[in-house]
Amino acid sequence: MGCSMIRLEGVTKRFGTVTAVDEAHLCVDRGEIVALLGPSGCGKTTLLRLVAGFERPDGGAVEVAGRTCSGPGTWIAPEERRVGMVFQDYALFPHLTVAENVGFGVPRRERATRVAELLEIVGLTEQRRRYPHELSGGQQQRVALARALAPSPELVLLDEPWSNVDPFLRETLRAEVAEIFRPLGVTVVLVTHDREEAFSLADRIALMRNGTILQEGTPEELYFSPASRWAAEFVGAANVLSGPVVGGLVETPLGTFPANGSSTHADASVLVRPELLELEPDPAGPAEVVAREFRGHDVLYRVLLEGVELVSQRPSTEVVPLGSRVSIRLHNGRVPVVD
Amino acid sequence: MSNGAAAAVSSPRRRAPLPLVLAAGLVAAAAAVPIAYLVVRALSADEAGRALVSLDLTVELVVNTALLAVGVVAAALVVGVPLAWLVVRTDLPGRRLWGLAASLPLVIPSFVAALALLGALAPRGLLQQLLEPLGVEELPEVTGYWGALLALTLSTYPYVFLLAAAGLRGIDPSAEEAARSLGSGRAAVFFRVTLPALRPSLAAASLLVSLYVLSDFGAVSLMGYDTLTTGIYTRYEALLALDAAAILALVLVALAVVIVLLATRFGARGTIYRSTPGAGRQAEVVPLGRWRWPALAFCTSVLGLFLVLPLGVLVWWSVQADPITGRAGIAWDAALNSALAAGVSAAVGALVVLPAALLAWRYPSRIARFLERLTLSPSALPGIAVALALVFFGARVGGVVYQSLGLLIFAYVLRFMPYSLASTRASLDAVSPRLEEAARGLGRKPLGATVSVVLPLARTGILAGAALVFLSAVKELPATLLLRPIGFDTLATRIWEGTALGAYAQVAPSALLLVAIAAPLVYLLSWRNAWELGAAD
Repeated sequence: MGCSMIRLEGVTKRFGTVTAVDEAHLCVDRGEIVALLGPSGCGKTTLLRLVAGFERPDGGAVEVAGRTCSGPGTWIAPEERRVGMVFQDYALFPHLTVAENVGFGVPRRERATRVAELLEIVGLTEQRRRYPHELSGGQQQRVALARALAPSPELVLLDEPWSNVDPFLRETLRAEVAEIFRPLGVTVVLVTHDREEAFSLADRIALMRNGTILQEGTPEELYFSPASRWAAEFVGAANVLSGPVVGGLVETPLGTFPANGSSTHADASVLVRPELLELEPDPAGPAEVVAREFRGHDVLYRVLLEGVELVSQRPSTEVVPLGSRVSIRLHNGRVPVVD
Repeated sequence: MSNGAAAAVSSPRRRAPLPLVLAAGLVAAAAAVPIAYLVVRALSADEAGRALVSLDLTVELVVNTALLAVGVVAAALVVGVPLAWLVVRTDLPGRRLWGLAASLPLVIPSFVAALALLGALAPRGLLQQLLEPLGVEELPEVTGYWGALLALTLSTYPYVFLLAAAGLRGIDPSAEEAARSLGSGRAAVFFRVTLPALRPSLAAASLLVSLYVLSDFGAVSLMGYDTLTTGIYTRYEALLALDAAAILALVLVALAVVIVLLATRFGARGTIYRSTPGAGRQAEVVPLGRWRWPALAFCTSVLGLFLVLPLGVLVWWSVQADPITGRAGIAWDAALNSALAAGVSAAVGALVVLPAALLAWRYPSRIARFLERLTLSPSALPGIAVALALVFFGARVGGVVYQSLGLLIFAYVLRFMPYSLASTRASLDAVSPRLEEAARGLGRKPLGATVSVVLPLARTGILAGAALVFLSAVKELPATLLLRPIGFDTLATRIWEGTALGAYAQVAPSALLLVAIAAPLVYLLSWRNAWELGAAD
């Protein structure tokens, strides 16, 4: 993939004794929507702030739109990077109206037309004279988006944009934001700890842990071919089955799977996503349903097979009672080896 | 938000811009000038100078000052704490009104309080004239220790009242409820739970009151009670013994430092912890029942003595014809001088603290904290010590500086900039650093972001700081007496001189004007923050 918008080369950032970002490498191409996904404290917000120029790296180089912004002997101030930022708490200027907030970064002669244009896009023309505290949370977010977009940046950074919004509103707002960004062709980098958020919005996801980027790829790649057991479990429910490798195949209670060259190991593990496990009621079946969690459009079953607990996800139209014996059938799909 | 980012917000390791550090350093260095000059001057005192400050005399003045401070603190606590409790916690009839009235004497500077008390109670004073037809020949004379105690209690008990009231409102009612459920009666709860929780507030109030007493010159000089400040003034003005004055000033500063250390030790042991943050419930209102009448009598007599009497006396003298000149009026020339000197000081005082405030807010570091503390330190310095140091400074520099209006304004700014710094810092703390970053991200340079976003958001604090400097400068007496150019009278010096001569009627209108100027400012500020207000004296 290309690095036309962002290139991070071994970027390191320390706060005292804590290393927040540890030799991170990342590439983002023009026009992409990329999510930085990771648990709290993994350094993803710091990485975003390094791109925006609010932090100086202790090592490595940051390149934005082909221009080296920070690196050995180089430093470009945040106001000269032309990077839009939407803060977690929006950081709207409380002493300015909606229109004044949006127009803050626009040169005076273009201000009136540009502000009108953006308020139209985010649908806040009528609220133009209001102050931030007079707006709902969703409206405040749209002002923050409009303000970041007003100077026509090629790159917009979003820091946990929905963490302050209640869960019911989140989906609506997510769709709204995608609708605003897609037609403009802006490159977007978004920080989140919510995998659903990352999956639904991003073209590509960079998975972060302990200050480094573990894996980059499309949501599908991340979900079906995770780079590690930790990654597999972070991006979704996972059955990780271990067994000895015999003749290039891993032997597990569910059957044998290609070991992908890990025959040198005595043992290997494979990942089976829960939706690949089909349950069939069978009085003579080898497994037993030990728990059942109804979730609306699907049901999660926990089944015990030869002393191993497995998770199966079935549509809620199929009903398998608790305690019944079942046989398990493996649906066609990828079963990758994970370490 | 990730932990790494949280660390970034709380301890940004950004390099502060050099010009900002230099500007803050320059102002902080200026704050250290007075002490440096006093020390140098006192250490180089010659034989003749040292002869004028015998050990006996110094000890006597220190003891006098300490006795007065202890007396005033005790009196202010006795008056202020019950008033606060009645207003905040009981069903006292008209408690909002009582609360407002109880904080009003704050606008009466000690020398005006002394003027009012002397005018009312002195031989041939107002009260005796009123009582003469009833056959009262002589009133007990209220001068000396008791006179100073009364005048200073009047001017300082509102600090205790305001801080105790704020403390009472801040106490978590569930702690008191827990004590009740554990079997303590109402009185036991007050002494075992409420009062200990109030200790930090009361320690802070006592610190303010004792520093006020230490630096007071107006009331003690008019009441004829010798303290360190009158000792310094006499040596400077009458004896022209500058070295001796410097030694006493240094002793005064040392006493102030001791008091600050005592208060911080005492107060630190009782930090209020609120176990349930956020929307706290209101504490239960104590029904007074038939105790209502003694409570009302207490409030009436306190405010009668400390508010109605002094204001009544000033109004009465103001409408009376002056027996000597035939006419009493406001000294408009002095008022104009006051407004000029205090106005310039307020503007300068608000501006010079901006570098230190911005530095401490945006680039917290050991150096930033040090510079901030140093800039705040003159708040513990008695005005007369600052003024004396600047007299030496002016004499050393000489030329246009010596005895100039500029030097007086320099003294005001130096002495009162801690108030504008504290006020500016408090409002800056409410501004999220994210807002400045947002402005930077939208293309503003650091200075542009500060001017267009940060300062407008902190403007109430900056303006309040300027108002505090103005108010303090208008009321400042000893520094003005020492540093004013020849022939330059302010309201404060005019009132003090007139009172010293017994010309009460002549200065009463000016005193009323001074109170009228201070009243709206204090009213505006008092509900912002009792601490900032307390710092105003």
